[in-house]
Amino acid sequence: MVEISDITFAYHKAARNILKDISFAIRENQCIAILGNNGAGKSTLLKCMDRICPAQEGAIYVDSRNVYKMSKNEMAQNIAYVPQHNETVNMTVYDAILLGRKPYIKWDATTEDRDIVWDIMHKMHLEDFALRNVWQLSGGELQKVMLARALAQEPRLLMLDEPTSNLDPRNQHEVLQRVKEIAQEHNICVAIIIHDLNLAIRYCDRFIFLKDARVFDYGGLEVMTPQNIEEVYRIHVHIIEYMGIPVVVPFPDEKVDTGLLSTGTYGA
Amino acid sequence: MMADDRITHREAYNALIKRKKMVLGISVLVTIIIALFAVSTGSLKVPIAEIINTLWGKGEPQTQTIIMNIRLPRVTAAILVGATLAVAGAVMQCVLQNPLASASTLGVSQGAAFGAALGIIVFGGGVVNSDSAAAAVTINNPYIVTLCAFVFGSLSTMVIILLSQFKKELGPAGLILAGVALSSLFSGGSTLLQYFADETKISSVVFWTFGNLGSAGWTELLILAVVLLAALLYFLLNRWNYNAMESGADTAKSLGVNTRAVMLISMVISSLASAVAVSFVGIISFVGLIAPHIMRRFIGNDYRFLIPCSAAAGALLLILADTFARLIIAPVILPIGAITSFLGVPMFLYLLFRGFKYNG
Repeated sequence: MVEISDITFAYHKAARNILKDISFAIRENQCIAILGNNGAGKSTLLKCMDRICPAQEGAIYVDSRNVYKMSKNEMAQNIAYVPQHNETVNMTVYDAILLGRKPYIKWDATTEDRDIVWDIMHKMHLEDFALRNVWQLSGGELQKVMLARALAQEPRLLMLDEPTSNLDPRNQHEVLQRVKEIAQEHNICVAIIIHDLNLAIRYCDRFIFLKDARVFDYGGLEVMTPQNIEEVYRIHVHIIEYMGIPVVVPFPDEKVDTGLLSTGTYGA
Repeated sequence: MMADDRITHREAYNALIKRKKMVLGISVLVTIIIALFAVSTGSLKVPIAEIINTLWGKGEPQTQTIIMNIRLPRVTAAILVGATLAVAGAVMQCVLQNPLASASTLGVSQGAAFGAALGIIVFGGGVVNSDSAAAAVTINNPYIVTLCAFVFGSLSTMVIILLSQFKKELGPAGLILAGVALSSLFSGGSTLLQYFADETKISSVVFWTFGNLGSAGWTELLILAVVLLAALLYFLLNRWNYNAMESGADTAKSLGVNTRAVMLISMVISSLASAVAVSFVGIISFVGLIAPHIMRRFIGNDYRFLIPCSAAAGALLLILADTFARLIIAPVILPIGAITSFLGVPMFLYLLFRGFKYNG
């Protein structure tokens, strides 16, 4: 169980708050989508949760333990974060994933560390890439490698910043499907920043809308309403149901301020 | 079948690690062989067997003097200075995320050169006792010169690190730019000092900046060895942190690395170690930049192997350059600082343009 309690963050004391009193919780096996327009503070929220940008106020609890009071290694054993932009390093895929064991390594990687990495590579179908150099990988392959490295940390909370942004549709679904399976297999909490609302609906259980530094709405599919989407993204949408799956259809030409709302709302 | 595949993948990876260990082993072995060759070669050829006898204290008195007082200190200086500059360069390139980072880029060399000029010109540390050749120029109070070179060599990096403490947003690129600016400042300072100095002092300053591996005695070499070992130990302890930092600051932080502390401490240690090396033997350019890059072509950016391999490559490069400098127009010894560039640059360009890429 992960609890985010009243997180407030600003880059400087005098600057405006990027995040203000953000609170929500993620249960085990649960995948939460963090939604909001560009500049809403989504990435900053993940960075606050991983102490890359320490929050000025508030706390993050993983299994009731305050992340801000953990040592850096202890934190890395509990939270794994895959940033939006990954550096393509000059090392093998195996070594890149082995880095996920860094929080556990004292002097050198043990046989157990290596076995864990081989196991994850097997599950992610990455074994054939083991000796390939990271800079030789395609966007989809690189994303899988970064995900595998995060899993090698054996975290309680897995955080992904736009994991599907550079992927083709097939890879988008494959990566998110793996994330969902992993959350269930390993009993972990997952937080994903995602712009594609349809992917979010398909693979996430809970949704948190950020707007003006605050949580605009938070909940299950019931919060995925055209009104919420319109308020947050300033774009007109319809939500239709196709083969039992809700689908968000944007209509950018329709003016938001006309008061025209979709007819086929889902969960509203 | 699947289990077989997994075993094959593991075997392939283990073979790769074995290859990296072999690269390290071969680098060390070649360094030792070239070092022995360097000790045996000169105006008096000494067979390898005689060298070993001398090391055991059973050699001829004349050979004993040549080897123990002249050649062995010189070759040891090449090994220690080359290794120190190379590991410092490798670590600086990593923590500053810049392939151009080295002691020279961050102002250590220029700072040391200014310090040496100050020691020689203002504190009277240098005289010329012969006007026949550059080789005859000596510095009569080496300790003042060494101390000044060390103080100013470390000063530029310390200033940069202090700046980064006050201005925390100053990223790696900002630190490099500050280093380049300070280099320029020290360079200007040296020029001004030389402008007001007499000929003999200018000769001493210029001679110092040529670099001279023969200027370090056993005491200096002991200090250098201790500094190198301490730096190597810290760098090796942090090799996993450096590997993580290669993946970017955010990833490294999420892997539990205190990136700021690792960067600052690594910078302090690599700068101090380089400053010690440079202050004892003068400006040795390019080794710190080139040796890590040469090894990256063979073993990638894996700092578990890159740090010791860079040390071996730096040592090898400097022994080769020094032996070349001693033998090519003997008895005149060419300036080592120039020779490292003359030998290193073509080798580096060859590797660069040949497109030899680390693959796996």
